[in-house]
Amino acid sequence: MAIELDFAAVLTEWPLLVKGVAWTLGLTAVSAVLGVLLGIGCAWVRTQGASWCRPGVAAYVELIRNTPFIVQLFFLFFGLPAMGVRLSPEWSSVLAMVINLGAYSAEIVRAGIQSTPSGQIEAAMSLALTRMQTFIWVILPPALQRVWPALVSQIIIVMLGSAVCGQISTEELSYAANLIQSRNFRAFEAFIVATAIYLTLSIATRASLDWLGQRFLFGGRRG
Amino acid sequence: MSNANLFAPAAVAISGLRKSFGINEVLKGIDLNVQPGEVIAIIGKSGSGKSTLLRCINGLETFQHGRLTVQGHALDYSDPSAMRALRQQVGMIFQSFNLFPHLTVGKNIQLAPGLVKQLSVTETETKARQLLARVGLAEKYDAFPDQLSGGQQQRVAIARALAMSPGILLCDEITSALDPELVGEVLAVVESLAKEGMTLLMVTHEMNFARKVSNRVIFMHQGLVHEQGTPDVLFTNPQTPELQQFLSSLH
Amino acid sequence: MVEFSLWDIVSNLLLAARWTIVLSLIAFVGGGFVGVALLIARTTHSRSLQYAVALYVQVFQGTPLLMQLFLAYFGMAILGVETSAWTAAAVSLTLYSSAFLTEIWHGCVKSIGKGQWEAAQSLALNFGEQLRYIIFPQAARIAVAPTVGFLVQVVKGTALASVIGFVELTKAGTMITNATFKPFVVYSCVAVMYFLICYPISLYARSLEGKFHVQR
Repeated sequence: MAIELDFAAVLTEWPLLVKGVAWTLGLTAVSAVLGVLLGIGCAWVRTQGASWCRPGVAAYVELIRNTPFIVQLFFLFFGLPAMGVRLSPEWSSVLAMVINLGAYSAEIVRAGIQSTPSGQIEAAMSLALTRMQTFIWVILPPALQRVWPALVSQIIIVMLGSAVCGQISTEELSYAANLIQSRNFRAFEAFIVATAIYLTLSIATRASLDWLGQRFLFGGRRG
Repeated sequence: MSNANLFAPAAVAISGLRKSFGINEVLKGIDLNVQPGEVIAIIGKSGSGKSTLLRCINGLETFQHGRLTVQGHALDYSDPSAMRALRQQVGMIFQSFNLFPHLTVGKNIQLAPGLVKQLSVTETETKARQLLARVGLAEKYDAFPDQLSGGQQQRVAIARALAMSPGILLCDEITSALDPELVGEVLAVVESLAKEGMTLLMVTHEMNFARKVSNRVIFMHQGLVHEQGTPDVLFTNPQTPELQQFLSSLH
Repeated sequence: MVEFSLWDIVSNLLLAARWTIVLSLIAFVGGGFVGVALLIARTTHSRSLQYAVALYVQVFQGTPLLMQLFLAYFGMAILGVETSAWTAAAVSLTLYSSAFLTEIWHGCVKSIGKGQWEAAQSLALNFGEQLRYIIFPQAARIAVAPTVGFLVQVVKGTALASVIGFVELTKAGTMITNATFKPFVVYSCVAVMYFLICYPISLYARSLEGKFHVQR
């Protein structure tokens, strides 16, 4: 029995794939920035901030980390309209990804903050810096540097998780693959191509973010 | 050798200071007055409470009983802005330097004046370069701490503390973590600060240095000021057996 | 219009949750077996085996689980194998788990200092004995916490099987929503149920982390 695979049928639809890649990267980029910022904020609350906020943040983090992303997405897209909040597929996707990444980043950044050598904080205190100044200038940059690989991994995970957003018609890469296979019935080939693209994206994104971290984010060089 | 102005109000006035870590009482009632411009060396065995006393003065450690005033202001832990005002008056140099690894030497020195005193970038940069030249490291402005030797890092730490123009400098065993051949360069800087009239409190094991530079030596034993006096008297004629034993154990 | 009570919703979800748990366990245990085989392959001195396993891990970790599920579903059909959503999900999740587990365990083995290997070799143990008596016992102790933690990932991964039609908790949620028109209630219940399954496991993993940390 010969298995006939027709990749050409899929590759002729490359404009759809390009659009899908653009959406995937766009969703990831926005979510990465907002999600990490949210994570830093939550980590700040849990290590330095007002103690009345902490249980709320802890509950948020545990809830997100112990439920599947697809359920979080469906809740936002299908569930909220019943409460009168109607979000577009794209906004639901971004919001779900930001909320998801925020929870994981909160834990990652918190670990980074808690591994700050106490001497650094004492030096900052002795120089009369306020707690917020100490956090922003002395604690956070080296903490982010320490946890950068873990944060990058988490961003990649969220990027790969965004494939699910095609299920609510966000026009990212998996949606494009689904669309193609619904037209030419080449499901296996379509998904192979999409998977290969995802693999390339995850490798390229990791390399770029690693380089970006070294270059811009830490105000200094580290081996 | 004394630059102490005996008629000015005390730079640091401590009375009846008691501090415990849990059930362990580390400072058992310290009374001490430091005059502006005085250079005081604090010596004693490890565990005698020397570093703890120093760290009480800039609020890194809290104490339970007694009174501590710096430049006429009593310490008040409940008031963060008062604590910050205190720390602008009192600088500290640490045994492990504690330079900020992600900032260049220049930025290390400029960070606090820029944020706390809100000086402009040009002002802080000029001052940073001056201070670096003063400690003999003018060419290291753009280097990172991990590119410097221990002695160089400690000198940068001194410049960083001086950038806040403190009236009092606390030195907590600042040469103990240095290789022997690097100790001299740091002590030279401290000696020049002493000559210029900076009020210095140094916890140190460098007895020769203490003898040479300080106006007064304080020997601490089991949480109390056990004996104190001018270096000549203290080192040549120790009165108490504990101090005699301590000094002989150093040779 | 028929009124559905909360209990109607919850009871139906609970029935489907059984399948979530079954699929998770099959994937976790099956993935464990495959993972051990891969681990042994990786620990040998054969370069090509090491690269092959590293590539395997890279593919499964660098691509979406959703795509892996689709490929299993459509791929098995192309090969002429009778595929149900269940088989595709089981196969796909097993391979997915094996990649992550082998990577976790490889990290644990790597963290065993070279000195242990050298001591074992100096005592004339062969490779298999070194692994079995010296390396794996120590690595296993470090590995318990992250392995238990990964079980949470597997449970969450089963939710994607809903997309290829397997009726587990998430798919049941979608179906019940379509019947009851109460998406907010239904998906809240779904989330709570996943939480009730995953959170205790997460807590357990965290306590294990603390326990083994102290023992070292």
